[in-house]
Amino acid sequence: MTRKLKEKLTFWAFVGPALFCLLFVVGIPFVMGIYYTFTNWNGANPAYDFVGIQNYLGLLKDSQFHYSFMITLIYTTLSVVTINVIGFALAYMVTRNLKSRNFLRTGFFMPNLIGGLILGFIWQFLFNSVFTSLGSLTGIESLGTSMLQNGNTAIIAMVIVSAWQYAGYIMVIYVAALENVPQDLIEASTIDGASKWNVFRHITLPMVSPAVTVSLFLTLANSFKMFDLNFSLASGKTTEMLALNIYKEAFVMNNMGIGQAKAVMFFIIVATISLVQVYFNKKREVEL
Amino acid sequence: MPKFEETIELGNEATGAQTWQNKSLTQHMRTIGRGRLKTLHGYSWQTGALEFLGISVLILYLLPFYLMVVNSLKTRREIFDNTTGLPEVFAWENYLQAMERMGIFDAFANSMIITVGSVALIIVVSALAAWMLVRNQSKTSKVVFYIFVAAMIIPFQAVMLPLVKWMGMLKIDVFNFQMIGTHYGLMFMYLGFGTSMSIFLYHGFIKSIPIEIEEAARIDGCSKWQTFWYIIFPILKPITVTVMVLNAIWIWNDFLLPFLTVGGTINTIPLAMNNFFGAFTKQWELAMAGLILAIIPIMIFYFFMQKHIIKGITQGAVK
Repeated sequence: MTRKLKEKLTFWAFVGPALFCLLFVVGIPFVMGIYYTFTNWNGANPAYDFVGIQNYLGLLKDSQFHYSFMITLIYTTLSVVTINVIGFALAYMVTRNLKSRNFLRTGFFMPNLIGGLILGFIWQFLFNSVFTSLGSLTGIESLGTSMLQNGNTAIIAMVIVSAWQYAGYIMVIYVAALENVPQDLIEASTIDGASKWNVFRHITLPMVSPAVTVSLFLTLANSFKMFDLNFSLASGKTTEMLALNIYKEAFVMNNMGIGQAKAVMFFIIVATISLVQVYFNKKREVEL
Repeated sequence: MPKFEETIELGNEATGAQTWQNKSLTQHMRTIGRGRLKTLHGYSWQTGALEFLGISVLILYLLPFYLMVVNSLKTRREIFDNTTGLPEVFAWENYLQAMERMGIFDAFANSMIITVGSVALIIVVSALAAWMLVRNQSKTSKVVFYIFVAAMIIPFQAVMLPLVKWMGMLKIDVFNFQMIGTHYGLMFMYLGFGTSMSIFLYHGFIKSIPIEIEEAARIDGCSKWQTFWYIIFPILKPITVTVMVLNAIWIWNDFLLPFLTVGGTINTIPLAMNNFFGAFTKQWELAMAGLILAIIPIMIFYFFMQKHIIKGITQGAVK
């Protein structure tokens, strides 16, 4: 056996298993998926016809898909802002000289470990039972009906739950960034007479801006792909976001072709978000 | 307490007690040092107020947990009459019922097998691949690495429908081998979805390991396989912990993949919770007891692994 061949064999022995799994689990289904978008397959019947780009054209007229797309955008915008603002505020608080800071960090991070599905069930109880009974106790009418009853308030409810889940997570990222802000810079500027606000605005904020970019994209991608919480908290038509819409189209309505066409559109959007993120990261690296 | 200057004077006068004086001097210098710090970031009343605010916010933040616990111990009637207060009598039987109807032990065992098995496989397979991808500088190696990076972009929803179909096709009846509805099938799928990010994390870490260590091992007669297990894998420990934490939390909480591929045959905790909650939506006391049971394992994991979890999450996010 030549040395070259042996080297090649070792390479594939080490890399092969991982590549094999990736191709079997992600690669082949991805290609199959694109193929299905050109058919009218229903998932069970072995016979199906080619329909060309009809599935994609159909999406242009699919009002539920448009609606899902719109509320996904609304939900994503609201939750990205809410999560980052709360996360940053918490991080700022727990990086001050508090005696309880470790305890606070532990506590705020806790909800993040619970899966979206279980979180949805927990909050279903809070919205449907606890808040309504608080409403009847205190006589506040707006609490009287559950937020999950109405489409608009149900989206707000999902934003609240996501904020509860992710604020602690984003907090951890901001904490790491805030702790890396050099103390001597802050001391120097304080001695030079900078006010607390000025220190925050002109030293802390610029120093943590890379973490802001990371957190924004992270919450953006997570919110956009959100499924579990949507499924367990509010799965009605008025609150059906993109991921849930794809799931229902394929597995409830049994329109595999249309469902997969939606999934491909979904992929294009998510991929664009990721590529923009990569672009920003690269740009920042160049600047540094 | 005497001031700094006074101590020095005392030190000059009392010649007999040198050691005591010196000790006292350093002690005072320490006090002064602390005093200087105090002016910049000391414990002022503002900090105290912030501390109070922080703890109040935390209590509010964790209120849902309190509500879950108290309501899991009430009778159904009491939940409607008194949702926020403590229960009159602790109804522990809710937990017994929830355990029985949810099949919590079975679900826990399944979740455990799938999580531990998948994470162990992901660690071994990705560490091996990542090491080779860093050390082999050929064009193939670069292309393979970019394939893994590109695969990270693909969201689960984009492949889930054909995946279910494809995995259904992969079966050999004679050997009773099938990908759908089996532990190993699900583990294999997690391996496929999990390796990309893990390879990416390992890749970044391995780049910082000096190649001289491996060259020394090779000269001493280690094969590639031995070099990896005896030299490289132990060095990878910090990043392995990160990879482990990130994958374990994801797999433990994952719902949709097991729902589509093993639902009905194997119950993991999220699946058991989904069935249970669907059946007992109006029986909140049982639902709450079930939810508490479902989150206990991950909470225990959190209290023991807290530092690693937070470190792993930060690393995984920033990369």
